[in-house]
Amino acid sequence: MEKTVTGTAHEHGHAHDHAHEELGFWRKYVFSVDHKVIGIQYAITGLLFLLFGFCLMMLMRFQLAYPLHPIPIIGSWFGDAKAPMGIMLPEFYNQLGAMHGTIMVFLGVVPLAVGGFGNFVMPLQIGAPDMAFPKINMMSYWVYFLGGVTMLASFFVPNGAAQSGWTSYPPLSVIAQGGGQTMWLIGMVFLITSSLLGSINFIVTIVQLRAKGLSYMRLPFFVWAQLVTSFLLLLAFPPLEAAGVLQLMDRLAGTSFFLPSGLVVSQKPLTVAGGGNPILWQHLFWFLAHPEVYVLILPAMGIVSEIIANNTRKPLWGYRALVYAIVFLGFMSFIVWAHHMFMTGMGTNISAFFQVTTMIISIPSVVILTALLLSLWGASIRFTTPMLFALAFLPMFGIGGLTGLPLGLAPSDIHLHDTYYVIGHFHYVVAPGTIFALFAGVYYWFPKATGRKMNELMGKIHFWGSFICINCVFMPMFIQGLGGMNRRMYDGGMQYAHNAGLLKWNLMIGFAAWGLGLFQIPFIINFFASIKWGALVDRNPWEATTLEWSAPSPPGHGNFLTEPIVYRGAYEYSVPGAAKDFTPQFEPERA
Amino acid sequence: MEIPYTVEPRPDTGLANGKLGIWLFLASEVMLFGALFSTYILLRVGAIEWPHGELSVKLGAINTVILICSSVTMVVAWAKLKLNDFAKGRLYVLVTVVLAAVFLVNKYFEYAEHLAKGEGPWHSTFFAIYFTLTGLHGLHIVGGIVVMLYLAGPGAGMWKSNPEQYANRVEYTGLYWHFVDLVWIFLFPVLYLL
Repeated sequence: MEKTVTGTAHEHGHAHDHAHEELGFWRKYVFSVDHKVIGIQYAITGLLFLLFGFCLMMLMRFQLAYPLHPIPIIGSWFGDAKAPMGIMLPEFYNQLGAMHGTIMVFLGVVPLAVGGFGNFVMPLQIGAPDMAFPKINMMSYWVYFLGGVTMLASFFVPNGAAQSGWTSYPPLSVIAQGGGQTMWLIGMVFLITSSLLGSINFIVTIVQLRAKGLSYMRLPFFVWAQLVTSFLLLLAFPPLEAAGVLQLMDRLAGTSFFLPSGLVVSQKPLTVAGGGNPILWQHLFWFLAHPEVYVLILPAMGIVSEIIANNTRKPLWGYRALVYAIVFLGFMSFIVWAHHMFMTGMGTNISAFFQVTTMIISIPSVVILTALLLSLWGASIRFTTPMLFALAFLPMFGIGGLTGLPLGLAPSDIHLHDTYYVIGHFHYVVAPGTIFALFAGVYYWFPKATGRKMNELMGKIHFWGSFICINCVFMPMFIQGLGGMNRRMYDGGMQYAHNAGLLKWNLMIGFAAWGLGLFQIPFIINFFASIKWGALVDRNPWEATTLEWSAPSPPGHGNFLTEPIVYRGAYEYSVPGAAKDFTPQFEPERA
Repeated sequence: MEIPYTVEPRPDTGLANGKLGIWLFLASEVMLFGALFSTYILLRVGAIEWPHGELSVKLGAINTVILICSSVTMVVAWAKLKLNDFAKGRLYVLVTVVLAAVFLVNKYFEYAEHLAKGEGPWHSTFFAIYFTLTGLHGLHIVGGIVVMLYLAGPGAGMWKSNPEQYANRVEYTGLYWHFVDLVWIFLFPVLYLL
């Protein structure tokens, strides 16, 4: 393989390309084509959106903890249309719910995991000077930015932002008054376009720009995760784009793609042609949104694998099994979508099919989790901050995954559907799962991006506080959900007798959520203070083996000072007989 | 700094970056139109009755011929460039643009006729999917025209500095153009004939 990869890359002679021409401020930091700058732009925008989405959720949590109480201090900011006298209106609660989901998934986690880490780390890990299409890369960020601005602006139009849930199910979403839903759809078209540009760029970069000697089976697992993720984005997002166009037509051109005949709204028959099908939206939406779940989780698994291998000082257990599992997982994720739709009456045969595929897709997930868990066996683990977050990912993702099984089976799903159990389940996957992995990644690659380390003590405060609080937020939701508490009630469902014993948990969840907010403060301080005052580090502070650590910290434009050549697999830690406990990919064989 | 394999193919993959990129883009386009064709099937299967003979087969057939011809002129443009004949290559790119424009003019007459009769997208699910599918296809035609005008106009300077890359760009645009053509070859029978 090494021989066949000898391309013409080195003939260009990278060494003399590194006379960095000085760019002005705007071209260097704002409209940059450098993958590292774009990656950092994505990461910071993504982190800000995560914080904003979290603030929306804290407002909702106050409403649930103290229904019909005025919001303290900031209650008067929202105006009479949203919260008269500071008391939240149900319409505002619905807007917060819909936008919390949309922002966290499409503007927070994916841009941070794929746009941020993928952009910054992946080209470095494969030894590329940049992405294959740097200008398209820049465009992808700015289209994403426009999508974000559209979503934020929608809060200020008459009737406020979209309020039909992040899933925007018709007919409710089609007949919703005001411009919020239309802006949501336009914002989604921007975000989908951005993902599309990004994913093409990622795949071409990984296939075409791997360094000499870097065969597929020597790729770091993070790169594999990004490759599979990009394929999911590339092929799953277009159907949602189609669905978005159809819903825009329904709202603006008066079509009835999603409106059945004979629909009555507010005691008046709707004057549309009819003949449409609301379930069609659900199929198109979940055809994207289930692979999207894996878009959220696969980069997180990639990050965790890198950090676990580095901090156990051992090779990953079962690298090949991990690779095959993640490819199989990506493939299967396209044929499980209708397990979100057991309650639509689509028929028992279809339900049976999707139950089976759903049970099958849990196998590669378990393979990956098991391989990562076995990687810990017998290691003398370095408990650094990134490692703590990565270790916490394993049981958190495990809880999230296992609680998904009853939802994947139609009989138990009928009881649990649309309850807080569902919320608990997918938040365990995404919040203490993915977001913890993303924090791990921030702590782990921060030295590469800035040349300085983040503070360990503040990192540990951040970790333990977040870990305890986040479990106090989501664990009680399983109890509420098993008791049948519905997820969309703006007062928690006070009028239902079966909720009587369950509502008290909302108080605890509320305090845990605010605690979680407080424990992010050390992270924010640490993040900004370490840029200036963090301990200076050399190229390879974690003594890691992958290629990004052979570049200077921070790497200049063009990344590597000499053309990187890869001599071995990605995780050669503690090789018997070697002088050090790590043998980097870029270290030549000794004669 | 230079990105490797922008012009010449990488030996072990046999591809230049742009060619892989355009094929991946077309894969996502297949998913986009695939979702809309699935919508068509689902709406039609679920409909009590489905209209027949609402559209002018004559106009549709003429447009089919025009698009197929434009695919041919696009290939000829690339072939001429590969034979180092820039003037002819550019001429054929412009012929393709003219054919695409004629297609859109035909489409305009078709749309105007239906809208005059009150058969807009709001009229029925048939006209809804007709306008959505052909409208999105029309946008792809417009996109193709913009790219080809760029290649024949302001982008043509590249022929002097990097002729191979210029020919590649025409080739990639051609791949996209064949795809747009192919979508119409599915649209014509599905909407006009069946």
